[in-house]
Amino acid sequence: MERGRIILKSPRFDLTLQRLAHQLIETYGQFENTCLIGIQPRGVELSDRIYTLITEIIPGHQAKYGKLDITFYRDDFRLRKALKANDTEMDFVVDDQRVVLIDDVLYTGRTIQAALTALNYFGRPKNVELLVLIDRRFKREIPIRADYIGTSVDAVDEAHVVVDWDLNPLKNEVRLFKKKIEG
Amino acid sequence: MGSEAKFSTKHLLGIKYISTADIELIFHTADEFKEVINRPIKRVPTLRDITVANIFFENSTRTRISFELAEKRLSADVVNFSASSSSVSKGETLLDTVNNILSMKVDMVVIRHPAAGVPVYLSTRVNANIINAGDGTHEHPTQALLDAYSMIEKLGNLRGKKIVIVGDILHSRVALSNIFCLKKLGAKVRVCGPPTLIPKFIESLGVEVSFDVEASLKWCDAANVLRIQLERQEIPYLPSLREYAQYYGINAAMLERVDRPILILHPGPINRGVELSSDAADSKQSIILQQVENGVAIRMAVLYLLANRN
Repeated sequence: MERGRIILKSPRFDLTLQRLAHQLIETYGQFENTCLIGIQPRGVELSDRIYTLITEIIPGHQAKYGKLDITFYRDDFRLRKALKANDTEMDFVVDDQRVVLIDDVLYTGRTIQAALTALNYFGRPKNVELLVLIDRRFKREIPIRADYIGTSVDAVDEAHVVVDWDLNPLKNEVRLFKKKIEG
Repeated sequence: MGSEAKFSTKHLLGIKYISTADIELIFHTADEFKEVINRPIKRVPTLRDITVANIFFENSTRTRISFELAEKRLSADVVNFSASSSSVSKGETLLDTVNNILSMKVDMVVIRHPAAGVPVYLSTRVNANIINAGDGTHEHPTQALLDAYSMIEKLGNLRGKKIVIVGDILHSRVALSNIFCLKKLGAKVRVCGPPTLIPKFIESLGVEVSFDVEASLKWCDAANVLRIQLERQEIPYLPSLREYAQYYGINAAMLERVDRPILILHPGPINRGVELSSDAADSKQSIILQQVENGVAIRMAVLYLLANRN
């Protein structure tokens, strides 16, 4: 099977995570009235790590942390087979909060659109920003952009980007495949 | 993006026709919907371009309201139809009635009918997803799903757990669906009731038969108590309801004599003082109202999983 081309790995992978965490701290300080929300399922792998890093750097921060599943908010329900839902863990409302959505790969922007729809059902945030590990540029289908970006990738439409999370942080990798692997 | 939900069928006609994997997928999806219906805003836009017709040829409160709420919480458009106020009384056939409703661009049909087999019949003749909301004495799949789901919430996995179904087994679609569902989930199932109300050869479904309700309660982890369906009994199967209550009614004193807490379920409507006394129906062991809450989540899951398999 195709192994894919590695576009991000240790030690740069870890540095990128550190940088993203520090960028959030630069903007949000003690994270008063701030919610960090990972998008299920794969954005949560990233948001867990970012949240842990922030907690290591500022142990007393006030960020609320949630996980949001957007399955029921997708706009392509009739166009594809039903998707298996994941857990949503949001024990707060986002009224008047500063929200940072966190996902692994930003591609067409449709997932983020669905996440913004979903967010509406949890209240009216003060503002929303987006953090992604990988930004696949020039492939957007709707006007959505990320505010914090790990690294950018320019690849053909058929290509597929996979973030491989490992228990051992030294083994975390981002790979670029020539086409999507089913399964 | 999540993984694809692999549901094996276009319709929910009965538990008999779906796999154990389907049941587990419904339960997994219901978990997520249960979280949704406990939020301040209890609604998702998922089925916003789907129209569902609830066609009820038989009276119902719980099931119809539960389906309607499930549909509305998924943002589907809903039309309600009940036979008493319709052209059925003018002599229209079932197939004509349903096809007329479907030509108004309805995607899914939830149907309840006094004749067994109506959902299966419709599923081979009309172009819509059919959900059986109870057909005669045949099946009532969403009820069995919510019963099993409620038991799993309290007991964990049902593999090896002992469940007794008490009451009018002969006329109960809930009993048949429950037997299929519980067996598929690996539970041990016993039916208990007066000999006249236990169908012959029911052992062939892999269940035990008992005529002693107290011994059955001592044996089981959960008891699903059914109503005596007088409206389906064309000949008297019982001397009287009072005699039934005497021999098969469950009350708090009887539950006291069981040495450990068992769960009491009832699909409703309860005839208080017949199959369940008030002190048993309202006891801590009774999870009847949780069943009703779970019913909405289960029906949302079924609608969600079936809606886009057109």
